[in-house]
Amino acid sequence: MMGRDTLRKWVNRWMLALTFASALIAMVPLFLIFFHILSHGIGAINLDFFTEMPKPVGETGGGFANAIAGSLVLLALACSVGLPIGIFGGIYLAEYGGRKTGEVVRFFSDLLNGTPSIVVGMFCYAILVKPMKHFSAAAGGAALGIIMIPTVLSTTETMLKMVPRSLREGALALGLPYWKTMSSIVLKSARAGILTGVLLAIARVAGETAPLLFTALGNQFWSLSLKEPIAALPLQIFTFAISPYEDWHNQAWAGATVLILMVLCLNVVSRFFMKNKLARGRS
Amino acid sequence: MKIQIEKLNAWYGDHKVVSHIDLQVSEKSVTAIIGPSGCGKSTLVRCLNRMHEITPKAHVDGKILLDGQDIFKEDPVRLRRRVGMIFQKPNPFPTMSIADNVTAGLRLNGTRDRGRLEEVAMESLKRAALWDEVKEHLHESGLSLSGGQQQRLCIARALAVNPEVLLMDEPCSALDPISTARVEELIHELKNKYTIVIVTHNMQQAARVSDYTAFLYMGELVEWGKTGDLFTNPKEKRTEDYITGRFG
Repeated sequence: MMGRDTLRKWVNRWMLALTFASALIAMVPLFLIFFHILSHGIGAINLDFFTEMPKPVGETGGGFANAIAGSLVLLALACSVGLPIGIFGGIYLAEYGGRKTGEVVRFFSDLLNGTPSIVVGMFCYAILVKPMKHFSAAAGGAALGIIMIPTVLSTTETMLKMVPRSLREGALALGLPYWKTMSSIVLKSARAGILTGVLLAIARVAGETAPLLFTALGNQFWSLSLKEPIAALPLQIFTFAISPYEDWHNQAWAGATVLILMVLCLNVVSRFFMKNKLARGRS
Repeated sequence: MKIQIEKLNAWYGDHKVVSHIDLQVSEKSVTAIIGPSGCGKSTLVRCLNRMHEITPKAHVDGKILLDGQDIFKEDPVRLRRRVGMIFQKPNPFPTMSIADNVTAGLRLNGTRDRGRLEEVAMESLKRAALWDEVKEHLHESGLSLSGGQQQRLCIARALAVNPEVLLMDEPCSALDPISTARVEELIHELKNKYTIVIVTHNMQQAARVSDYTAFLYMGELVEWGKTGDLFTNPKEKRTEDYITGRFG
């Protein structure tokens, strides 16, 4: 009996060490990437990087102003496509999701979530870029918006389902119409959670490159037009990083640093909202 | 008679929970509905403001007359402004302040006049015997109050839309004895102006607060009458067994 107990304790210790080590290793790549990019990029970040346009080859200096503005335009477009569909769809799933149509919608949303983003880019190329005969910011925004939908949809659904039934009943019992109950009571109570999902979705598409290759294309000039090709941070990083010029490489690193910090900020902010929500839920 | 219930049946899916009930509720009185857990008493009151129907797969048949009018022919949203409800667990709206909670029904139905809203908030809180405790913090979250205060806040919220009937579904089951006593006192005062139907699993409470008591068992109405008569001189064996604690 004694031998068995000792063996069990040893196995226990080993498994504990193994799981702990795995958990640790899971974090290592993130830290490596983060510090690597930061160490290369931080030196190249200066005010010019945010305010100047890229300089032609041979001239030093210049910045990513067009790419930063372009990314903001693309994200705004993506939100205008992804948020209404995601949020309204999520409301439908939370309210009527038990029915057959709900199951179907959920299934396809999961499929869309697993669809490689380059495929979404090709799709937008086929239905938007081809007919318009033009790469455009609009097509890029649409592609990013489509990628956002499943995340927004499922967080909206989950957060709405977390709102206690009793609140809904309390509102209905006051003689409030159903739509008022939804918009003023239920959605408002789930607001922080939904916002978290939205921020995470934005953070995810902010770094997407592949779908933009077929749609927004990139632009080395200043453009905010929806009908013209538009620059974007990930695209410009890509172009600069594969170029043969040392100076451009440094700018690509700086771009990567800005992008990763942006995504990090979005994640931290969304954490903050979530924490507030949980804290309030507990009281 | 304020409310007349005739041949009421209610189901959840195939499961019949309220069976063939005839009951009358007189105006400006308190009617208690008692019975063991699962006897259908909550479902019965939830039929009175048509909240039963919002549960998926739930349905009803039979008749409920409010002032002689069939409530199933009325718009449920309008009906619920006449028939308010207090739930088992206090459910103040977490995103709103105390004052906003009270006026939620009016505001969200389009009343904008600030002066009128403030007036209604004060009046309703006074009527719910909560004013003195909260008048200094009307703009704090409703969740900052204790459980008993929250329940009185919910009562104030229901009163603010000026209903005729108040349904209370075990309003004290989540409260401590002192808060319970306060709510019971309040019920006493409210019956001067409102018709009250209260569900309770606590027989002492029914005896304390009600004028009429109905005893439900397994979805059927076993007996109902004046509270004094029902408790001292029950006609049915099952009622007697229940109130003497032999089952339930």
